[in-house]
Amino acid sequence: MLIKLTGGTVYDPAHGINGKVMDIYVRDGRIVERPRDEERIDQEYNLAGKVVMAGAIDMHTHIGGGKVNIARTMLPEDHRGDPVAHSDLCKAGCGHAAPSTLTTGYRYAEMGYTAGFEPAVLPMNARQAHLEMGDTPIIDKGGYVMLGSDDLLLRMMTAKKDQNAINDYVAWTINASQAMGVKVVNPGGISAFKFNQRWQDLDENNPFYQVTPRDVLQTLSRAVYELGVPHPLHIHGNNLGVPGNMDTTLNTMAGVDGYPIHLTHIQFHSYGTEGDRKFSSGAAQIAEAINKNKHVSADVGQILFGQTVTASGDNMSQFRNAGHAHPNKWVCMDIECDAGCGVVPFKYKDQNFVNALQWAIGLEIFLLVDDPWRIFLTTDHPNGAPFTSYPHLIKLLMDKTFRNDVFSRLNPDSQAMSTLASIDREYSLYEIAIMTRAGAAKLVGLHDRGHLGVGAGADITVYTDNPDREKMFAKPDYVFKDGELVVKDGQVVKVTWGGTHAVKPDFDRGIEKEISKYFNDFHTIKMDHMKVTDEHISEDGRGYVIEQECKGRREKTA
Amino acid sequence: MDNFAQAGVVENVTCPACGLLCDDLTVERDAASNLKVSSNACQKSVVFFNRASQSSSPRINGKPADLAAAIAKAAEILGNAKHPLFSGLGTEVQGMRAVMSVADKSCAVVDHMNSNGFMRNIQVIQNSGWQVTTLTEVKNRVDLLVVVGTDIVTNFPRFFEREVWNKESMFGQDTATREVVYLGGRNINTAPGVSPDGRQPDVLPCDIDRLPDVTAALRALVLGKKLYATEVGGIATSELEKLAERLKNAKYSVVTWAAGAVNVPHAELTIQNITEMVKSLNKTTRSSGLPLGGLEGEMNANQVSAWISGYPMRTSYARGYPEHDPYHFSTDALLASGETDALFWISSLNPDRLAPKVELPTVVFGHPDMKLEQEPDVFIPVAVPGIDHKGIAFRSDNVVSLPLAQLRNSALPRLGDVLSAIEQAL
Repeated sequence: MLIKLTGGTVYDPAHGINGKVMDIYVRDGRIVERPRDEERIDQEYNLAGKVVMAGAIDMHTHIGGGKVNIARTMLPEDHRGDPVAHSDLCKAGCGHAAPSTLTTGYRYAEMGYTAGFEPAVLPMNARQAHLEMGDTPIIDKGGYVMLGSDDLLLRMMTAKKDQNAINDYVAWTINASQAMGVKVVNPGGISAFKFNQRWQDLDENNPFYQVTPRDVLQTLSRAVYELGVPHPLHIHGNNLGVPGNMDTTLNTMAGVDGYPIHLTHIQFHSYGTEGDRKFSSGAAQIAEAINKNKHVSADVGQILFGQTVTASGDNMSQFRNAGHAHPNKWVCMDIECDAGCGVVPFKYKDQNFVNALQWAIGLEIFLLVDDPWRIFLTTDHPNGAPFTSYPHLIKLLMDKTFRNDVFSRLNPDSQAMSTLASIDREYSLYEIAIMTRAGAAKLVGLHDRGHLGVGAGADITVYTDNPDREKMFAKPDYVFKDGELVVKDGQVVKVTWGGTHAVKPDFDRGIEKEISKYFNDFHTIKMDHMKVTDEHISEDGRGYVIEQECKGRREKTA
Repeated sequence: MDNFAQAGVVENVTCPACGLLCDDLTVERDAASNLKVSSNACQKSVVFFNRASQSSSPRINGKPADLAAAIAKAAEILGNAKHPLFSGLGTEVQGMRAVMSVADKSCAVVDHMNSNGFMRNIQVIQNSGWQVTTLTEVKNRVDLLVVVGTDIVTNFPRFFEREVWNKESMFGQDTATREVVYLGGRNINTAPGVSPDGRQPDVLPCDIDRLPDVTAALRALVLGKKLYATEVGGIATSELEKLAERLKNAKYSVVTWAAGAVNVPHAELTIQNITEMVKSLNKTTRSSGLPLGGLEGEMNANQVSAWISGYPMRTSYARGYPEHDPYHFSTDALLASGETDALFWISSLNPDRLAPKVELPTVVFGHPDMKLEQEPDVFIPVAVPGIDHKGIAFRSDNVVSLPLAQLRNSALPRLGDVLSAIEQAL
């Protein structure tokens, strides 16, 4: 099957292509060179005047795993407002804050997204995360496995185990969880909460282990780098949501010895304590630090107004914030001496001072960070807002008049505390393509996605150029997934299932003896039963594992 | 690759006979494919694995039929039904995925055989949420275990052996010093709560129908309220005051209940007393709830339904999209009101859980040893997950899932395959 996409205006930042009219050829799911003249084109799409980009990649979205399923179970009233009936093609489900897996896949594809990465895969819950992602159609999936409050890592660090041994354990966990990377959530803090600590600063020892959050960040960022895992350590910092936490965030950037790190939903970690209400924007300082520190990338975790649900591994913070639950119900869990979770429904209100300023802080960060290759478009779905609000967010970034118009209607005190109206920057289509495609693929470590060069997987989205960017990005003309037309005019026309991206870094298999004994002594399952095999992902006949390349193990770097 | 035709010994087998999903069993297979648990057995795993027979064949109206004919007949009944009900749902994750798919296609209702109990917990989650923990946390942290309205071990035989009186613990705790309190119930088996060094548990018995009062009183005391009554449900207020103090002083108390055992009207409010008390305790110390469940695959049914449809059990596809109602879409209510016009009953893990007796077209997908009291229109014996085929099951704590192994060859079809064939035939 040879497909020709003719004459579209192409934005492919991975190859420096910025709005060039060109043809793209697709054969058997891959982008190929221009074929010989005598070869028959099976299908041609005339894309004159259309905007062509690679399929978008959401590098941080909570789409699978226990906490998401708790959120679904907990919020029938939210689902009732957004029922999705089955059609000849698609299964039924429901949408809004914590959509069903099926609806999640369809709606991502209908927005031109072709991959999404679940950022909080607990090792002990990894199989469930993959089961849910396996029931998420069309898009590719993947996850970052959570470490940093697990007993074994903290135990090894307390015992001053060699970094190589820790690297083996981290690599073992990535393999056993079928992950694309490693995430740390409130480093050491989830463990500390189980010992009844409510707060943890970067340099404060865990109540049980002789380990500080900074130690955890240094050890894990180094481990990820030395293992050659392409995605840098994915960090949800300490003190989420706390006024003044920008200092913790700045210290985190400075405190990892220059190893690459990704700071996630940084908006929630960019708060100062100025003003009458002791809550202010730290966006300028945070953005300046990102601009200066080339080893740091971040996604924003923009909030948008309305009902949503926050689902996080950070049960220490979620318990602290549970009083804000709207509606008034919440779940917190301690999980397997491994991790935790907290699910708190939340309604962001545009006339609430704090919420309005959070909105402005997120946008300030987007606009003040210079390098679109190191800042990423997320709402931390569903924590800041459901992913279906991305087109609206893109319009806020691309259209200053629209942005200032919305801003002028927010809580007046919050307007007085933000510099947003004075920022003239408007994102270009090229920059949006970097943030949501080329940059995201590079950051996650997807070598054959996020670009339109020869050899890439043919995940391609075609839009009608429309000055109303919300309308444009909400409803692509065409979406191709691995070369198959899956969406036309914003509607699913074919259901495929996508694969699961994973890295498989090398490790010394000898470590399994130690881990197995540890499981037998302290855990309630056998080590082998924790592992998610390729078969667990493929046995429903739809899913499959796509192994992405690791850079190979590096020598000790410190 | 295992050679299932020969005798053999399989280690580290996962047992789905209760929600603990113990995965340390050794199961021996003889040349005739009979199984026997040879280590780490309990009364439930022995019953589950040691059943011999797998000779059952499909039947239509009581007469033996081949599988294709039975599938065709089941599809005909489903196709003719205006408001079908898939209930029982005793299966593992892959079987449950197939249930959801065929239910969506046929605009059916899904409900689990244990929902009358389980839905009490769901209602608490939907109304107020809760703060709960998982088995490995209990095993390594609990210092005070309060057991409400159950002996635990009738349904979860190895609970104390595995999670309370374990020898090793991560944080240096001497597990023999752990304290156990039974609150509520009469004449329950408290022997497993005796510590390895012979210390007796505290037992505060009351009738189950007084648990609403007793849990409300304990919650009030934890909140610092003064009670003027001298006893509640036959338990001296002074005893409850002592328990409240112990909960406040414990470093990691765990309060556990089994929703099915709290068999009183509006039991969700009693469970909510427990869970809201736990939340209050966490203002100053750490405490966690531990809902015990997971029998007959109820966690599998609720988990899979939640991610596929957005809702837990008692969800209807009648309008083409899922709707959830914990009362209206219960098996009992739908059968009593006559709204349902065809019943599809699934029990592949336990042959003793029979379909309710109804005057409706009925299709049963059953464990091969199922002894029916009422012959359905179609009976299709299906392979047993964890014995005859692989699968995945969720544990009582709703977090950990475990792979179920295949231990022998079976001529019986898997539930998922049968349901997919029926869906294809619609």
